[in-house]
Amino acid sequence: MLFFLTLVPLLAAIVILLGAPARLTALTGGALAFGVSLLLYARFNPVVSGFQFVTSVPVSRTLGLNFALGLDGLSLTMILLSTIVLLAAIWFTGEVAHHEHSFYASLLLMAGGAIGAFASLDLFFFYAFHELALIPTFLLIGIWGTGNRRAAAWKVTIYLAIGSFVLLLGLIMLYQAVPVASRSFDLRVLQQAKISATAQTPIYLLLLAGFGTLISLVPFHTWAPEAYASAPAPAAMLHAGVLKKFGLYGLLRLALPILPEAVHAWAHLLLLLLLGNIIYIGLVTIAQRRLDWMLGYSSVMHMGYIFLGIVSANLLGATGAALLMFAHGLSIALLFALNGEVRKNVPSLNFDSLGGLAKQMPIVAFLFGLAAFAAIGLPGFANFPAEIMVFFGAFRTGFDFDHFHQFQWTTLLALWGVVISAVYLLRAYRRTFFGTAVADRPPVRELPYSLRFPAALLMATSLYFGFFPQALVQKIMPVVRPYFAASR
Amino acid sequence: MNSLLPWSALLVPLCASALIVLLFQRARQVSVFISVGAVLFSFVCSCLIFSRQDIAAAEIDWINFPGLLHVPIGFTLDRLSKTMLLIVTGVGALIHIYSIGYMREDDGEARYFAALSLFIFSMLGIVLANNFVMMFIFWELVGVSSYLLIGHWFMKDAAADAANKAFITNRVGDFGFMLGILMVWGATGTVIFREMAPRLTGLATNPAFLTLAVLLIFCGAVGKSAQFPLHVWLPDAMEGPTPVSALIHAATMVAAGVYMLVRVGFLVQASPDALRVISWIGTITALLAGLIATQQDDIKRILAYSTLSQLGYMIMAVGLASGETAMFHLFTHAFFKALLFLGAGSVIVALHHEQNIWKMGGQGKNLILTFVSFSVGTLALIGFPFFSGYFSKDAILALAYARQPVIFALALFTAFLTAFYMVRLFVVVFLGKPRSQTAFASQESPTTMLVPLVVLAICSLLGGYRFFAGRFLALPEEHHTGLVIPLLPLVAMTAGSVLAFLLYRGRATDPLNLRALRDRLYLDEFYGWIIEHTQDALARLSAFIDRWLIDAGAVRGASSATWGFGTVLRLLQVGNLQAYAILFGFGIVWVIYFVIFR
Repeated sequence: MLFFLTLVPLLAAIVILLGAPARLTALTGGALAFGVSLLLYARFNPVVSGFQFVTSVPVSRTLGLNFALGLDGLSLTMILLSTIVLLAAIWFTGEVAHHEHSFYASLLLMAGGAIGAFASLDLFFFYAFHELALIPTFLLIGIWGTGNRRAAAWKVTIYLAIGSFVLLLGLIMLYQAVPVASRSFDLRVLQQAKISATAQTPIYLLLLAGFGTLISLVPFHTWAPEAYASAPAPAAMLHAGVLKKFGLYGLLRLALPILPEAVHAWAHLLLLLLLGNIIYIGLVTIAQRRLDWMLGYSSVMHMGYIFLGIVSANLLGATGAALLMFAHGLSIALLFALNGEVRKNVPSLNFDSLGGLAKQMPIVAFLFGLAAFAAIGLPGFANFPAEIMVFFGAFRTGFDFDHFHQFQWTTLLALWGVVISAVYLLRAYRRTFFGTAVADRPPVRELPYSLRFPAALLMATSLYFGFFPQALVQKIMPVVRPYFAASR
Repeated sequence: MNSLLPWSALLVPLCASALIVLLFQRARQVSVFISVGAVLFSFVCSCLIFSRQDIAAAEIDWINFPGLLHVPIGFTLDRLSKTMLLIVTGVGALIHIYSIGYMREDDGEARYFAALSLFIFSMLGIVLANNFVMMFIFWELVGVSSYLLIGHWFMKDAAADAANKAFITNRVGDFGFMLGILMVWGATGTVIFREMAPRLTGLATNPAFLTLAVLLIFCGAVGKSAQFPLHVWLPDAMEGPTPVSALIHAATMVAAGVYMLVRVGFLVQASPDALRVISWIGTITALLAGLIATQQDDIKRILAYSTLSQLGYMIMAVGLASGETAMFHLFTHAFFKALLFLGAGSVIVALHHEQNIWKMGGQGKNLILTFVSFSVGTLALIGFPFFSGYFSKDAILALAYARQPVIFALALFTAFLTAFYMVRLFVVVFLGKPRSQTAFASQESPTTMLVPLVVLAICSLLGGYRFFAGRFLALPEEHHTGLVIPLLPLVAMTAGSVLAFLLYRGRATDPLNLRALRDRLYLDEFYGWIIEHTQDALARLSAFIDRWLIDAGAVRGASSATWGFGTVLRLLQVGNLQAYAILFGFGIVWVIYFVIFR
């Protein structure tokens, strides 16, 4: 079933390129993938430890290379996110001006790469699937983007290529650092590997730089707002919502279990950088004058919280980070989708020329409000329990009664970041939707009925897991628990 | 005994809100019916809950990391929460009914009632919460419903700005609140109130830690209960519809901070230093707000500052380590302040949304029922003998007299101010001659608006008596103060009233005109200046750095170095995206090559 799920988007992309009706095929493929992932979610047994639904096809015996897929609670969460956002992204794709087939195929390839990476049990395919997803990202921005799209596409290309390259170096070093006897591409075997603390450091730093670039960790972040501002809405949804999480997933999957000493020893570095994401980027976000750039920067900022959960290196923090990846994916996807809808209706996304849209497009305003409140961590949405876990997890690391240490200070500043994000999102919301409309605006079209379904899907999912976070927590917890059981 | 009542009381308003949003946005009558029905249902549930001694409810796990963090959604059902349930749903029901009349010509009526139901749900959650995180959840939700209702007329710039200001100011308070929760959890390993109390003893060795934690938690109350220095949002919140001001920004939500502090009284009272700070914050708020209220011209703003001042009294009582006294004043205040706001709303509607008191005048003749009930509210607020405020305010003053003489003196002066600004308001609005055309021709409001006024007036009359309040509250102990307490407050009240009466009788403009108080002591301007010169300046600086140093300088610099350096990249420069995609494919092949033939 998992094997089938991984193939669905890729097959759909091929069929579309061969000339099948693009939108219909893409929607069918997206719905099919979503259905299968729901089925996997329902069938998933949280009590069983290790991976489920495992399929393994040998590729090269001499190398020990297998096309192996499997799910545990963490990858299940990511797969669910990917298929939901994929379906929503396809649905939100309006009229494509030219090369409609290639557009849909690119979208599907992107999601297929993400799904494949999350489902892979093999280091090689884990990396390769992600690379596969990057190519259509560049195409989508470069060909169908808006504004200064070629520059944006080049920038993101170079950035992510260098990031991937550094990551590759790190992965190779990781592979080589493992004792020959247990050397394997298989993540299940790799996770058991013991690497000496001194050898961990360079690997971890390479992985951090590589994954960090993909996740837009400060100071490797400047590609993100520009790319998201230029990207067509569905591409921004898929990248910010899903593909960007690949790096975080990688850190959870590789760095925490295999390089715990290095994570611990270099915590101060990552704390500093993630505060760069939360405070510094938060401030940059406040100063933005365009809706799309504001959203792009806000997505960079929120990565800081996920990093905080990961670097806390405990059960609460890591589980919270995983849940936050999921929750953030849903909210940012809807925000970019609606940003795209607004963009279709107004001449400029500059705040000065926006305003009063709530009267003209109340549904868009309502949905944007929901997504914005989800993004700033309002209870009821999945982002909130995730942030709570991250904060509690981070605060607990190295806690004592006498002094605040680095983790407590970081938690404090990260909590201030919650205020900052309220400031920029509410200000942006007010300037876009509230107040009086500018006088000479052409008529505005409200969100069509057909697009209310994908929006509702994203928000309903977020609400469900906001009300019942334990449903995901109990699936993710068994994955990360062994990471920390050994070291304590 | 387990019961479904608490769950139903909590969830029915949420369902009502969801139903209206999803299905009945266009059907105004239906949405009104659903919303009012839901709050009445909750009120009946609350009455049943109140009448039963041994009631309990099932709890569910919201987040559970065994041994690490356990956050249930579960209920505290004691006398305190049961009484608060009654206040919230009772006053809430009256204000829902009042809103039917007040909002009947509004386009966003359905949206309004959905938000009102959401508010009832959130507020009940705060009241019922049995742990800090659950309280925080509903704390935030209350903030959102307040945001939605303040911003109800979002096309008005003032309303949209006020909504943002309220939400963000509250977030600042919640920043401290969350940090305080984290500290308490770090120290005791639990967020559940019941489990927390016995584990506090371990903290006795480090009083500074405890003091800090309590003060941080107090920050939450400072935000929500609009205490100095985070009080600035409440007067602006008057941009919302008047029933909202009555329900949320006078009777219930702003009292949530007081309620929270009383709920965790065991924690607050464990730290004498924190108590001292809390009592002084309350005193300062009461005094400042009282001063500012004397010079406002907008009827709702006067009442808003009066709310601030009264909340200051309650916080003062919390700081003087008497939660019972604070709750007593909260109880009476809920009635008479809701009454005053609804009365003001009745006047405002009668005058076609005129809020400037100098354009009113002579309304005592035109709006008789409003006039009578507003009089009752005024007398209760200034502490006129045998009205409800008299008992509860004297209880606070007696407490202050017994514990802290300086605070007593300031509180007494505030009582003088209270009488002064209320009588000023009363004289200018209801007595004398009408000072505008609309004021001349005003007509009494519809019945749905008058019935709640009468009910609240009766409660404001009875609320202070032992036979009435004693049913609902653990009344504070009596302090032996001799004649000081009934006498001095009476003198202050009489002095304030008489002075205001003489000063304002028959006037058409304000003879005092004190600029500083009129401009709210320039605090809003001061905060605006601070935000502009710290946060916004830093934001601009960061954006500049990001754009011109990190992006343009470091990144482009590094990349142009790479351009010159790498032949592969130079090849890319003349290629196109598709070529790049192919190169990526080569990259993958290269990995395989590297791994195999290395």
